[in-house]
Amino acid sequence: MIIEKTYGDLCVTCNEQGYLIDLNQWTKEVGSEIAKEEGIAMTDRHWEVINYLQDQSRKEVPLSIRRVGKSGIVSIKEFYHLFPKGPLKISSRIAGIPKPVSCI
Amino acid sequence: MENTIENPETKSMGNKKSIKKMMLILSKATIDNVYACFILANGARMEGIESEIFFTFFGLEAITKKKLEKLHVATVGNPGMHIPTMLGGLPGMEALATKMMKSEMEKLDIPPVGEFLEILSASGTRLWACKLAMDMFHLNKDQLIDDLDGVLTVGDFYERAQGDRTHLMFI
Repeated sequence: MIIEKTYGDLCVTCNEQGYLIDLNQWTKEVGSEIAKEEGIAMTDRHWEVINYLQDQSRKEVPLSIRRVGKSGIVSIKEFYHLFPKGPLKISSRIAGIPKPVSCI
Repeated sequence: MENTIENPETKSMGNKKSIKKMMLILSKATIDNVYACFILANGARMEGIESEIFFTFFGLEAITKKKLEKLHVATVGNPGMHIPTMLGGLPGMEALATKMMKSEMEKLDIPPVGEFLEILSASGTRLWACKLAMDMFHLNKDQLIDDLDGVLTVGDFYERAQGDRTHLMFI
């Protein structure tokens, strides 16, 4: 199911879980609005992680907590600190990339 | 629509309460059981659910420094292996099956036991050793991993499980 959502001035298409269908529709403003929905106050550290995730997604690298922890961008501990209610799934939603399917 | 009748099933779905905490008890040292436990604990944290593991009986091997990287899959008495029991008991069979399983897991980006424990600890999973089982196997805290959160009795563990939306699971 595809849902249209309006963030600020932009209208984007999401799946039923609120993940953007097309990363090209993503802007920092869209990311900020999704972060607000998730109850996250974004800082520079948050955006660094988001940029990394988008970069990996464009390269079609499957994401997992283990990989993010080894990236040198953020440790697993800090990743959980930045996005406490589910680091990978929430950061992916803010980044406008698909929900990761990894269990690790 | 004015005349829409509320679907009772949908209504109850809306009232579903999410899981708050998973309390896992690991009592076995075979690698498949250990990984099942770790993946459940880690998966909970990934969903924003609290998780704790109580290592008891043979489960203690998974947090014993000298043993945790030497866990095996059982080739005898394990019908899932599809190896005749007589052959499963031959020397080297367990080691071979374990090696094959570990290489498959590495392909799926599943970390070795020691690294997995570090990930769990960094993710906020609390790791507890069972006091009675430690006494039984004559283990002391120095022999267990540094990331261990402490040694508990069953009563202590149940106390930590208090509150609604907590689930207990025995592996």
